[in-house]
Amino acid sequence: MRLVTAVIKPFKLDDVKSALEALGVQGMTVSEVQGFGRQRGHTEVYRGAEYTVDFVPKVRVEVLADDADAAGIVDAIVGAAHSGSIGDGKVWTVPIDDVVRVRTGERGADAL
Amino acid sequence: MPALDSGDTAWVLICTALVLLMTPGLAFFYAGMVRAKSVLSMLMQNYVCIAVVSVVWVVLGYTIAFGADVGGGLLGGFRFAGFAHMTEPVPGYELSIPPLLFAFFQLMFAILTTALISGALADRVRFGAFVIFASAWALVVYSPLAHWAFSPSGWMVKFGILDFAGGYVVEICSGASALAVAMVVGRRHGWPREAMPPHSLPLTLLGAGLLWFGWFGFNAGSALKADGLAVQALVNTHMAAVGGLLAWIGMEKLRNGAATTLGAASGAISGLVAITPACGYLDTLPSLVLGLIAGGACVLAVQAKYRLGYDDSLDVVGVHFVGGVLGTLFIGLAATASVNPAVVNEGLLYGGGFGQLGRQAVGVLAATAWAFAVTYLLARAVNAVIPLRVTEEEEATGLDQALHSESAYDFGSVRSMGRIG
Repeated sequence: MRLVTAVIKPFKLDDVKSALEALGVQGMTVSEVQGFGRQRGHTEVYRGAEYTVDFVPKVRVEVLADDADAAGIVDAIVGAAHSGSIGDGKVWTVPIDDVVRVRTGERGADAL
Repeated sequence: MPALDSGDTAWVLICTALVLLMTPGLAFFYAGMVRAKSVLSMLMQNYVCIAVVSVVWVVLGYTIAFGADVGGGLLGGFRFAGFAHMTEPVPGYELSIPPLLFAFFQLMFAILTTALISGALADRVRFGAFVIFASAWALVVYSPLAHWAFSPSGWMVKFGILDFAGGYVVEICSGASALAVAMVVGRRHGWPREAMPPHSLPLTLLGAGLLWFGWFGFNAGSALKADGLAVQALVNTHMAAVGGLLAWIGMEKLRNGAATTLGAASGAISGLVAITPACGYLDTLPSLVLGLIAGGACVLAVQAKYRLGYDDSLDVVGVHFVGGVLGTLFIGLAATASVNPAVVNEGLLYGGGFGQLGRQAVGVLAATAWAFAVTYLLARAVNAVIPLRVTEEEEATGLDQALHSESAYDFGSVRSMGRIG
């Protein structure tokens, strides 16, 4: 099993969600995050004084998946989140040892 | 003493209420510009001025400012201490309104001027020490200067210096005092390296609107009659505000690429500041020009604190001092007797030569020196007895929690304390 994590532009969330639903993904976790990569932040000016806001708002999407499905999910997210401009974000996967469904106690792939 | 006029009396009664509203307006103008953790302390500094300056003014301030001169045009005598003998005429004035109304109208100016200084003290001054400083300041700095420049027996008035509604007494006085006390109190921790952007510009815009509204009473009410001069002063006031707003956002667009709401509010205030001394002496179009000059100059002046290193947090110096200087000097250029017969020497542009400009400049130097020096000494004296500055921990926590045991925005999480970045 793998955990697919994507940090994307907030306005791309609906596209990513639709793409994952089309792929048959059953669930996801979404959170608002802030950070910077190559995009860096932005500048605000108050009475001529410039302030750099270093961290840019982003959305983090997390999906647990079977090993066989992970690559397809990554491709779907990349396809949906792509705008071609700097700051589109990143997607990565990590291996997961175990998953438990809290309600039933099911473990492993059954819990996905 | 001329007969009382019910129209004049009604007008100045209304203007008194208008000018009172300026202090809450100023409170919100300032409060929007500070950080979310010290909003209430800023509001509180302004509101408490309404209370303490009222007491000081009734007890002693008014009589020092407008009592019969005790010598040299420097101070008024004590006959009106405690608002006694208020049925007697105000020395030097031919008023068609009750003297008590005049005294109370002038109280609103004293309150606002004291409150203006709080803009230099954002986020770092102990409340109790501020109360004592503000009370003493209204008495020892404001009241004598009001005597000099407002009372007909004051030396500045006798010397021929013109100040219709408070360019010296309110704007230069508060601006120079703000610089002095900011130097005594010191910079906020982290300033200017750390970003301290305004937490709520809508509040600032709302406050600026209330100030603009109240300023009609401040300036047009200073005619002390409901007559044509009051109307001209009101029109001039508005046109200068308009000019200031347009010049400030125009300059911003050229320099920074965006016209900002804070710039619109600041520009309008800079125009209002500049027209304050001049509103009763100018024609309409010169007032618009003065507003444009003030907006364009103040947008540059607010940058000076970064080069000179004093933390005048909300730009009392850059807006009120600089705007006040421009307005008082502009009288020497464009004052005309066709607007106000009290103009004895017309401005340079009306063929009056450099005489009035020179007198106005003397006024700038005198008011600046007086307000800066006495305020500096007063702030040092208060600071020696009761420290003006909060502890570093209180400053980091925010004065609302640390001093007033409240918070302005209860969103139930740390998000109200500031944003990441």
